[in-house]
Order: sequence, then structure tokens, then C-alpha cells
Amino acid sequence: MPMHLFPSKHRRQLLQAGAAGLACAAAPALQAHAVRGPLQIVGPWEIGGLQPAVSGHVFTRLQIAETLLGAHDSGQPAPALAQRWEVSADGLTWHFVLRPQARFHDGTPVDASSVVRSLDLARKAPALLSTAPIAAVEAVGPRAVRLRLSAPYASLSALLAHSSTLVLAPASYDAQGQVRGIIGSGPYRIVTLAAPTSLEAAAFDAYDGPAPAVQRVRYLSASRAETRALMAEGGQADLAYNLDPASLQRLRLRRHLQIASVTLPRTAVVKVNAHLPALQDLRVRQALSLCIDRSGIARAILRDPELAAQQLLPPTLPDWHDPTLTPLRCDPDAAARLLRDAGWQRHGDGLRDPQGQPLRLALRTFPDRPELPIIATALQAQWREAGIAVDVQIGNSGNIPLGHRDGSLQLGLAARNYANLPDPTATLAQDFGQGGGDWGAMGWQNPLVSQHLTELMRGRMGATRAAQLRRQVVGVLHAELPVIPVVWYRQQVAVSRRISGVRLDPLERSYRITDMQWTS
Amino acid sequence: MDLMTKPLSSVWLRLLARRAVQALVLALVVGTACFIITRSLPGDMATRIAASRYGYDLVSNAAADAVRTELALAQPAWRALLDWWQHIAQLDLGVSLVSGEPVWDEVSYQLGATMYLAAAAVLLAALLGVPLGLAAGLRPGGKLDRLTLGLTVLLRATPPFMLALLLMLGLAVHFGELPVAGHEEGWSVLLPAMTLALGLAAGLARVTRGALQDVVSSAPYEFARTKGLTDMQALLHHGLRPVALPAVTYLGVHAVFLVEGAVVIETLFAWPGIGHALVHAIFARDVPMIQGTALCMGLLFASFNLLVDGASLALDPRQRHRREEAGAAT
Repeated sequence: MPMHLFPSKHRRQLLQAGAAGLACAAAPALQAHAVRGPLQIVGPWEIGGLQPAVSGHVFTRLQIAETLLGAHDSGQPAPALAQRWEVSADGLTWHFVLRPQARFHDGTPVDASSVVRSLDLARKAPALLSTAPIAAVEAVGPRAVRLRLSAPYASLSALLAHSSTLVLAPASYDAQGQVRGIIGSGPYRIVTLAAPTSLEAAAFDAYDGPAPAVQRVRYLSASRAETRALMAEGGQADLAYNLDPASLQRLRLRRHLQIASVTLPRTAVVKVNAHLPALQDLRVRQALSLCIDRSGIARAILRDPELAAQQLLPPTLPDWHDPTLTPLRCDPDAAARLLRDAGWQRHGDGLRDPQGQPLRLALRTFPDRPELPIIATALQAQWREAGIAVDVQIGNSGNIPLGHRDGSLQLGLAARNYANLPDPTATLAQDFGQGGGDWGAMGWQNPLVSQHLTELMRGRMGATRAAQLRRQVVGVLHAELPVIPVVWYRQQVAVSRRISGVRLDPLERSYRITDMQWTS
Repeated sequence: MDLMTKPLSSVWLRLLARRAVQALVLALVVGTACFIITRSLPGDMATRIAASRYGYDLVSNAAADAVRTELALAQPAWRALLDWWQHIAQLDLGVSLVSGEPVWDEVSYQLGATMYLAAAAVLLAALLGVPLGLAAGLRPGGKLDRLTLGLTVLLRATPPFMLALLLMLGLAVHFGELPVAGHEEGWSVLLPAMTLALGLAAGLARVTRGALQDVVSSAPYEFARTKGLTDMQALLHHGLRPVALPAVTYLGVHAVFLVEGAVVIETLFAWPGIGHALVHAIFARDVPMIQGTALCMGLLFASFNLLVDGASLALDPRQRHRREEAGAAT
């Protein structure tokens, strides 16, 4: 199937340019949107090319490409391209059986060899699958695939549900293994792809599942939240993702729209460099946490008071949320006492240690999520009250991992997605396991936490034991604050009343278009 | 018209030759300067590229290391520059470090989208600005003249993003006839083009008005009127050509601004234009993409200038004679 990433349509554009001038006067005659025209989705995510590690999420969310496994809302693995799977008793051999009628959009059957090819290419660093101890991916029958591991790895099911491991037809790849077209096996196939902003897909007639009610779908990447909100308000977008709090308040008043929302497993956290003498002291980290008025930030910046983080992970991940923990609170007096106990004395210009050195920290953050710089300045103001001087440095998101490596980071504010993989174990092990992680602990070590996370990663234990380990990990992270949670996140989507059956995915893996129906 | 009968006269040849050499030098200087400037920016290039490729959720030191190895970023900068020159000599702009797609594909698509938008804006501006300016220039100090002056001040003082939001709210959301953003529907270009065109039309109306006023008060025009031509005849035969000169120059200069300065409008209207792409490429330290974009835009501006010069020459016989005399003298 020939596909042009950058379609050439200059002639049509020139004709339209000519017509555009005349159209000014004739605006009322323009055609209104067709009642059942394509379902229009608008989100901030650009289509950065065709490589699955870069923009696979665009194609899996639109149900164009499928992964071997899926995930339930809780993060547990679910069937997808593989209708069933088995893990050997030693955890080293995983056996997958593919859906017998599954076909790629070019009509070829989804067989074991095409799955092996896609997975082998997805193992190339730095894609996530390269982190798993995979010894071999083999076809053991026309529709059976076997993965052999060199060590047990419970998160494999989560990796095989990640968009970077999507399965494409052999014709999608060139001789070097680069993706040259997206020929997936999902219920929708690509009609036009105009990277980096838009994509149109239509229902795939030979899909082996029920035919979807929505026949055509369009995706537009619009980087400004105001644009997305206005597209929903003007009736151009049926689903507008990642809306800004100010626009949401206005959209709630519009009768032709409803707002769907789901709490995401994403938390704004302050990463703390505990190598620094000041931040190595638990009392100082606790004081930093106690200074934060989380409900104030949630109310004023996110306009949703429920999003004040009470612990690291939100209730949307029930396995990793412990409702019995004392919620994080704001208590500036207790913070002042802790700082005093830790040897910091209040002077006219802020806190100083017994040698007279001021407590001065730099907080790095990035503007890719527009609320982060605002939250950073709120934190700066709240810490200033306690006498802690903080410089806010807004730069590239990569500066936080970079500062982790070269030790130059002091504080970093990020919106960490703990469900990069449907099961957060691997992400937590990366962040809080041995040696800490780029987006997690820095200079903080807890043997219990790293042992438990390693054990959980190996898997093969009873559910009670796993729950016990998780509870202990969450308890230590809550008490020792290697990262300081600030707010949780909620995905809020403006949904047109033209459609029903919208069910948001808390793991942001799919738009679930096949569940939707036209109402009129 | 003597232009048509002598299409390759010495005036034209000299103009074309000079501009071609200028363009070639410009292309090399711009590409090399972009390389040096981007490479000397602070921050780790591999991390920037990894952040742009994999997003803020998945950027990590491991990803940056893999990018560094894949793109051989550790090799000396001069070797990378040499590589680029070699590619350029074969008319190859290279491959984007972020998307892995050929730079030419990305630039031609995105620059095409921007030029389409700019062309629509210029067309709209001319359709709105020229008649208004002519009408105002025929009655200086009249109601319409004062109204266009007021509008010009207002439109010039309104930041483009505010004008864009007002147009989106007014025309797209309130009336619901036009798409708010995007580029797939036929009429999508209208709102962004109008945002760009309104300010331009206001300026153009003032330039046209000023030029026409000068023409109307000139002796030849006065003579045309006294020999019995009607207002319309005098305007058509003796007014339009001298008025067109400053108007074309004004549009030429501003068309360049439209192409390079439409970043805000492109971002707001989700228009897949080159300004937006260039900003992303700079954030991502996507050197070949920055070089390719700058080079294409440099060549484009050189051709713009050529077109404007050509149009001025075609419109103004005095310029042609001056140049011919200068050519004969040398």
C-alpha cells in the first residue's frame, strides 16, 4: 500500500487559495458539517514519523495497529493480537497463540513470522522492549509465537502491550527494517497520513471483530489547548483531549458538549537530589513536602481540588494506592520545626546552616506540559515563605535525566507517568530500584524497596505476597520521600453529543472508537 | 509591451545572473551558519533529540546514549559539516535526526503549506486593501479615509494571536460555518489567512491611499482630467500603474514576513507550516532540518526579491531605461 507521509497536493491547494479570496463574501453559503462525517479527534500529540518507538501511540490509540497483548483498566494483561498465552512454571518461556482470523490491512494474514519480525525490530535500543531479558523470539507454528527469556520477567506482558511493540505487516518495513508505511491489523486502516499534524482512517472491512459504528475517523494534532477547546466548542471536534482548566470551565456550560474524565496514573513530583547534604536529611525533605499547599495548587492551577496528591500514586491504580496511609498535608509550622531541628536557622534573608551558608536550591522543569512552570513558581513561592530560596529553571525535559547523570540537578519538577507500561512495576523499579532512576530517586537508597521491586519484577508469587510487597514499597516511598508528590492528573475530554459510548482509557492506550455510536 | 518583445534583454539577464550568484552564496552561508550556531548552543544534543523523538515520558539517559551512537554525534563537528556539504553538492538535504524522514520531504510539504497560507493571505489582503486604499485616496480626509486610518491603527496594534482567537470565536464558534483549525477541510485556510491578511490589508490600504493621493495631485493626472477623461478613465489609465509600484513592493516585503513570521498563527490553527516545524527543529537540535529549512527559505526569499524586482521593472519603464542606460555606459 503506497503511503506518503507528506502528501503533495499543491495544485489543489493553489485552486483553494484562489477560491479563498472569493469565499470571504460568500461565507454563509459554505457547507455545514455532515451529520455523520468522520469522527474528529483532536489532541496535542504530534505524529513524529512512522517509527513505532516514536509515534506508535498515535496508531495504537486510533486502533490502527495492535500489540500482542492489551491491558485492562487496572493494568492487568488482556488478550489483543494474542487471544491466549501461557507462561512456563520457571517463568522463562512465554507461549502466545494469535487470533486465527486476524488480517493486516493489505489482506495478508497475521502470522507468527510477521509478529517475530516486528518484535525483533522493537528490541532495538532504546525502545522499551530492549530492557527485557529476551533470549529469543521464535515462530513455533503458523500462529504460535514463543518468547524465551534469560531471567524471569513479570513485566513482559506490560511491555508487549506498549505501543512501541506494535505488530505491522512485513510490507511495512524497508530492507533496513525501517517502517515505511503503517499496515496494521486493527479495526481501522489509514486513508491519509499527513505528518506531523493529521491522519484519517476508515473502518477495515476484513477486521475479524465486530464492525464498528463509526466508519471514519480523523485525528488532528493541535498543540495549543485553546485551539482544541475552540474546536470542541465550534462543533469541529467530537473528542478534544488535554484541555486547559480555564477552557474546561467554559465548555462545561455548552449544551452540545459533555466532559468525560478519568484520573490518570500520572503524578507531578519533585525529584530530589539526596546526594546534596541538605536534601539527604529526611527532615528537610519532609519540611519541603509540608510547605506545599497541594490543595491550593490543585484548586488554583488545575481547578480541581481533588487532584491534591495524598500519596505518590493515585487511586486509579488500586494495586499501588494504599488508602490507609496518612495523606500528605500542608503544615508550615511543622516544616519550620523540622528545619530548625535539622540545624537550619532563620535569618532575615532566609535559612542558613550553622556555618552561615544559605539554603538555596534550583528547581528544573519544562514547558511541554504548560501547567508545570506555573506549579514550579507556586512551589517557589510556598518554599520562600519557609525561608528556602529556589530558582526556577525552565528548559528541555531532557535536562532532568541529564542532571541526574552529571549530578547537577538539585530539584526537578516533572509529571511522571507511572503507567508508561500498563503495569507500573517496571517504571517504579526503574525509578526507585538499585541506584535510583533518571526520573526517580537520586542519592536515595532503600534496600527493602529495591529487593521488593526486584522480586515483583521476577513475578511468580501469590497474590497476597505481591500485595504485601507493594504495600510495603508504597509505605516506604510515602515516609522517606525520595520524590515529593504534588498533584495527580485527570484526563478531561470534551465530547460532542453526536456520539455516545465514550469510555476513557485511564492508561491512555486507546481512544476506544469501536465502542462509540452516533446518537443522531 | 516592450517587455514581451524583448524577454531576455540585457537588463533581465543581468538581474537574473546577479540573483543566481547571490542565491548560491546565500545557500551555503546560511546552511553553514546554521550548523555552527546550532552546534554551539548549550545543552546536550543527544538528549534534546531523544526528548523530541520519544517525548517527555520516555526520554532517559539510555535513550540519549542510543541516539548518540545511532547518529554518531560523538564524531568531530567538522566531519559532520563536511558530510553536509557533500550531500548538498549532490542536492541532498539529508535526513531529519528526529523523524528519520528525508528533510526535503518534510520541508517541501511544510514550506508548501506555509506558502499556500501566505499566498491566500496576500490575495485576501490585496482584495481588501487595494479597493479600500483607492477609495480613501480619491477622497483624502473623507469618512472612509478616516475609517481606514482608525482600522489600520487598531489592526496594527492587535497582536496576531488575539486577532486569531477573536476570529475563531466570532466566525468559527459563533457562526459555526468555518472550521476552527486544521488543514484538511477546503475552507480551513480562510481563518488563518484572514488573521494574517487583516493587518496586511490595513497597511496596504494606507500605502495605496498615500500613493494615489500623490498621483492625483500630480501634473500628468491633472492634465488627464483637464483633457476630459472621467474619474474612472483617469484612474484606470494614469492612476493604477504608479499606485501599483509601492503596493507591490509593500506586499513583496510583507510576504517574506508572512512566511517567516507566521509561527504563532500556524501553531494556533494547527497548520502544518514551516515556522512551526522550524521552531520544533531548533528545540530538538535537528541540525539537518534547521539547515534544510533555512536554506530553502533563503532561496525562497531570494526568488521573492527577484519577483518583486521583476514586477517593479515590468511596471515602471523609468527603472528599465535607467538600468539600460547604466548598462550601456559600462
